[in-house]
Amino acid sequence: MPWNRRNLIAIEELSRAEIDQVHTTAAAFKKILQRSVKKVPALRGKTIVNLFLEPSTRTRMAFEMAAKRLSADVISFDSASSSTTKGETLRDTAQNIQALKADMIVLRHSAAGSPLYLSRLLNIPVINAGDGAHEHPTQALLDTFTMTEHLGSLKGRKVVILGDILFSRVARSNIWALTKLEADVTLVGPSTLVPHWFTDLGVKVSHDLKSALADAEVVMLLRIQHERQASSHFPSLGEYTSMFGLNKTRASWLNPKAIIMHPGPINRGVEIDSDLADSDRSVILEQVSNGIAVRMAALYLCAGAHPEPVLPPA
Amino acid sequence: MSLLWISNARVIDPAAKRDGKGDLFIADGRFVARFTPAQKKQARKIDARGLVACPGLVDIHVHFREPGQTHKETIQTGSWAAAAGGFTTVVCMPNTSPVADSAGTIEYIHNAIERGAVVHVYPTGCITVGQKGEQLAPTGSLKRAGVVAITDDGRCVQNNEIMRRAVEYAKMFALPVMDHCQDEAMTQNAAMNEGVMSTRLGLRGWPHAAEDVIVSRNVILSTYTGAHIHLQHISSKYSVDLIRRAKGRGVSITAEATPHHLALTDAVLAGYDPSYKMNPPLRTEEDRRALIEGLRDGTLDCVATDHAPHTDYEKDKEFDYAPFGVIGLETALPIVLDVLFRQGKFSLPEIIALMTCKPARLLGLPAGTLAAGAAADVALFDPGERWRYDAEAGFSKSANSPWQGQTLTGRVKTTVVSGRIVYDGAKIVV
Repeated sequence: MPWNRRNLIAIEELSRAEIDQVHTTAAAFKKILQRSVKKVPALRGKTIVNLFLEPSTRTRMAFEMAAKRLSADVISFDSASSSTTKGETLRDTAQNIQALKADMIVLRHSAAGSPLYLSRLLNIPVINAGDGAHEHPTQALLDTFTMTEHLGSLKGRKVVILGDILFSRVARSNIWALTKLEADVTLVGPSTLVPHWFTDLGVKVSHDLKSALADAEVVMLLRIQHERQASSHFPSLGEYTSMFGLNKTRASWLNPKAIIMHPGPINRGVEIDSDLADSDRSVILEQVSNGIAVRMAALYLCAGAHPEPVLPPA
Repeated sequence: MSLLWISNARVIDPAAKRDGKGDLFIADGRFVARFTPAQKKQARKIDARGLVACPGLVDIHVHFREPGQTHKETIQTGSWAAAAGGFTTVVCMPNTSPVADSAGTIEYIHNAIERGAVVHVYPTGCITVGQKGEQLAPTGSLKRAGVVAITDDGRCVQNNEIMRRAVEYAKMFALPVMDHCQDEAMTQNAAMNEGVMSTRLGLRGWPHAAEDVIVSRNVILSTYTGAHIHLQHISSKYSVDLIRRAKGRGVSITAEATPHHLALTDAVLAGYDPSYKMNPPLRTEEDRRALIEGLRDGTLDCVATDHAPHTDYEKDKEFDYAPFGVIGLETALPIVLDVLFRQGKFSLPEIIALMTCKPARLLGLPAGTLAAGAAADVALFDPGERWRYDAEAGFSKSANSPWQGQTLTGRVKTTVVSGRIVYDGAKIVV
């Protein structure tokens, strides 16, 4: 199937077939990553600019790694060192990058909608690496990829997303991806962080941890982003942990084969008990590893037509 | 003697319950009942066959950005945009730079009006010093300097004690207090209406409850003090209901709605286009319909544009970083005709009343009438003409319009201010 999308902005606009295609491509790249020589020439001669206007460790490293595995040249750019701190607009920054003949931009930005805005200004691919509380498409693609590796088809599978949903782009992208993959999704957290409007997106909303976790096959924890929240959303981190933190007792309510996921960075002892994070049910580090293959797939597909076949025979 | 004769128009003067084919006679800037045969020979004649002639439109909520932000608009360019939209009387908000919280600034504004305005422009003054919500501005001096109302528009007074004293004090001067109803603590960093759309888009929500809370506060303070409080750009269904019930009890509350809140909902924000970013934000279809019903039954008193110019480089940004506001003077009439006349089945006289005599009466402005002896301010428009609106080619200095490039129906053909043609359907006549 040809991939017709130049930009990867939001899971909301992807079809089921496109999600499957990213997963299939990622699976092929994952094999390459298990070899001793982990590099393919797919994007040789291309320059990818990682424009990270909001702090990020994991995502930025994964994108850099993915680009390098594809033999692209990578320039990474963060807000502290860029001219945005000198008052340059995103439009001007982007136009300058295009004038420097970059072939692709990976954008992380605190303002929702900015990758879409950027994609309208430029004629090179724009990959969204997280925009405000809107979407983080590659995260959801790697999360669903990881879930599929463990569970097979996600159809009808009970997935719980637990934590700060309101401010989470990871939650939104996963909601779209999981509903397109026909999973049974329940959002759980304090009522102030899981507003009822989410039901409009085709998922359930619950504030009762016990019934929500009962027999769930996946629980995805989200970090409490205390730096984003006004103090009014919940009383304290301590109360959050006592009401919604995942501990051993609560984990016992899950399906015995359930996996525990977290997009990171984790706050040990806040949303998750430290031991659980390191337990064999936790796939948190697998998510990180899969993030490279999935991002290779996203970069490769969006980079468009390729002169020679680069995927190894299956 | 300067004589202007507008003939064969459909003359609509809601204040006088006049609606019918007829002529308007203007001598030396004022309406007269008729011309003598000699005057008829001498007069400049406009054949207004097929056009509606109504009192020049009145907008009690515009931002002309002078002093201090004249890269966005000036009193002169704002008045051109007004004239091109059929408006002959506008009321400027005081959130200029510096803000209009002293008689000196009002005098500066009056000078700018004198120098450049082609329509009648009235200033408002601030409620509090620096629009900070802490200390009352010199309301009496502002009144003496010529303000027609006080308001901290855009910076709603949060402290209830200050607001209570402000309305109580302003009442002594019969000066209406206009309030932009927004609880600030509830709308920190908010960019759009809170609801399903903001949830989807991941933008911070501005809940209608933050408007409703302040509307309630104002109803309570108006009841308690007897002062007239005018509620600016109402956007929420719940607020419409609060106002309806307050008016039912005789509370001295009035309210306005903007063309954009009447025409659009937050569904248009799917593409994060800052051309649709305004404060209060576009809300839901239910809210939009409630505003229309509010205008129909008199709960809402008038239409006002909240004309808020911003340059392209200010507005063309990430949605969160773009400023709130849209221009509206040049598109208000066709948009209102579309929503209220063609879709809402209001009559033309009802619509014209909402844009002329009703807002004029609310602030006691000498406008909104075709009565003999009154200043001859007239808008001539063709309610059926279709035209493509190009904001870049418009008369406002800014082009931040949600209707950029769209085909609109209803077009102003001539605008007359005090008997003088200031807009001829194509250009400003200086």
